[in-house]
Amino acid sequence: MTTASPAAPSTATIHRWTPVSRTASGALAALLLALAFAPFVFAPEVTAKLTVLFVLVIVAAMWNALAGYAGLVSVGQQGFIGLGAYGVFLLVDRGMSPFPAVVLAALLAGAVAVPTSLLAFRLTGGQFAIGMWAIAEFFRLVVVNTPSLGGGSGRSLTDLSGTDPAVRQAQVYWLALALMSLLLLAVFVLLRSRTGASLEAIRDDPVGAASVGVRVTSAKRLVFVLAAVGCAAAGGLTLANTLRVQPDSIFGVHWSAYMIFMVVIGGLGTFEGPIIGAIVFFLVQDWFGDNGGTWYLIGLGALAIGMTLWMPLGLWGTVARRRDLELLPVGYRVRTPRRLTR
Amino acid sequence: MSPSTEPLTARAGGARRADPATPPVLSARGVHRRFGSLVVLEGIDIALAPGEALGIVGPNGAGKTTLLDILSGAQAPSEGSVTFQGQDVTRWKADRRCRRGIGRSHQVPRPFTGMTTYENVLVASVQGGSHRRGAAERHALGVLERCGMLAQANRPAAALTLLERKRLEMARALATDPQVLLLDEIAGGLTDAETDELIATIEQLRADGIAIVWIEHVIHALLRVIDRLVCLAQGRVLAEGEPDAVMSDPRVVEAYLGSAA
Repeated sequence: MTTASPAAPSTATIHRWTPVSRTASGALAALLLALAFAPFVFAPEVTAKLTVLFVLVIVAAMWNALAGYAGLVSVGQQGFIGLGAYGVFLLVDRGMSPFPAVVLAALLAGAVAVPTSLLAFRLTGGQFAIGMWAIAEFFRLVVVNTPSLGGGSGRSLTDLSGTDPAVRQAQVYWLALALMSLLLLAVFVLLRSRTGASLEAIRDDPVGAASVGVRVTSAKRLVFVLAAVGCAAAGGLTLANTLRVQPDSIFGVHWSAYMIFMVVIGGLGTFEGPIIGAIVFFLVQDWFGDNGGTWYLIGLGALAIGMTLWMPLGLWGTVARRRDLELLPVGYRVRTPRRLTR
Repeated sequence: MSPSTEPLTARAGGARRADPATPPVLSARGVHRRFGSLVVLEGIDIALAPGEALGIVGPNGAGKTTLLDILSGAQAPSEGSVTFQGQDVTRWKADRRCRRGIGRSHQVPRPFTGMTTYENVLVASVQGGSHRRGAAERHALGVLERCGMLAQANRPAAALTLLERKRLEMARALATDPQVLLLDEIAGGLTDAETDELIATIEQLRADGIAIVWIEHVIHALLRVIDRLVCLAQGRVLAEGEPDAVMSDPRVVEAYLGSAA
């Protein structure tokens, strides 16, 4: 066992893409492209709903990147969702048009995340989770106490209400589709990069990760900033889609509940899981949300409890484990000659 | 390699540190470690020559793992300094020391359970070693093969047995391309054949010029490899020197077996 030089392994090779994952990735790209034509086919009400779905996919993917890959369980991401929405107001007030403002506000929220991480990373585990909630509340209170942002009663985005509703809805839809695609791509590229595996190592054992040379804090900060940008983009898109926000709802902790629900349902720590979780959540909300009230919430809670008890890996996690599937490959496979495999 | 020849090899290696002019590759000076009123280490001075294999023994609670933590950067000393390759690294965190060339294994294995065995080693190779991406992937494969774990490459680390986890600890430490390797009780529970394999691996590392600090309760395995032995007891160096001499030192015998011995 000791004779082989470490630099020259005999016959084993590394594989990341498989025929299945190539096909799946191609299909996903084609689907995203096809979705771009939806405003020409469907009524504005449909694209408005799809915009909501894209926002859900974004926040689910961001929460999964944080918790499922970097081990940063946060219940305060709504802080960045709110910053993204209110950042749009700040920029529009300075003469920027709303759509570029959504993008720039998201990037600014990422800049805010850097100093925030200095504070938040002093905490770990449950303390970090709750600390993030407190930070989100801080952001909300700042907004509530800023009269130019509408204070506690919220504010409307009047700059877009002049445009033809159908045109505006299509534009919001395209922006949402583009930002969702970009952010998913960013997460995918990050997870496949040198940092990706390090993030998983940090999630599993930060002390062990540091002992093999991982720059634990800077890797965590990278994901934290990315998640802030993504969540803020979701906030800006929500504002552009509904034209009005209130601090209590855009900074509401229900966002965290949604994110956790979608990621748990779909499969924590898988790239595909949060997307599937977001679709499930969207459908449940669409079918039962309007006429359910209490029963709808009870049903959501029961579903979440049932999933964690009987399907702890989530829908996609369970399928992936059983079939050894990875549609969008972020992991590694070692192929060895037959004599070495079991 | 037959076990009976091992002690000769080890002693031959011991000649390396005979030159007192060689500056140590890794040293600790006046190291204290206190947790509140509990004193774990009390003025430790040790130095490791390039290519040397230093064994550390001592009863439970002697402070062995704490000393290894301080050498690797997992803990900071309350007092004293750590020097690596002539540079004061006392304030360096573990990840930075690892990238500079101090690798370690943990007494209680710390596998990344959500990843495969290969991915575990790859992280170490990519982050701790200084390879570019493709080279790091091949290097990780080579280390897996060297440690006899190629067959487990795709297995989730969570599914590994305790022995395999210990082997993974070793593989991960090696993948970081260490110049100094800190080993914490890696021989416990091995069969004779497995111990022979382990010794052969370590001999190979020494042939590559890697200096080793090895904490071990399995003394017979330790004595086959090391040049020099330190016995710690109650946070102090009780005895230090030629391994057989240290093991027969009455103070060492007493620390291990109690005053009746």
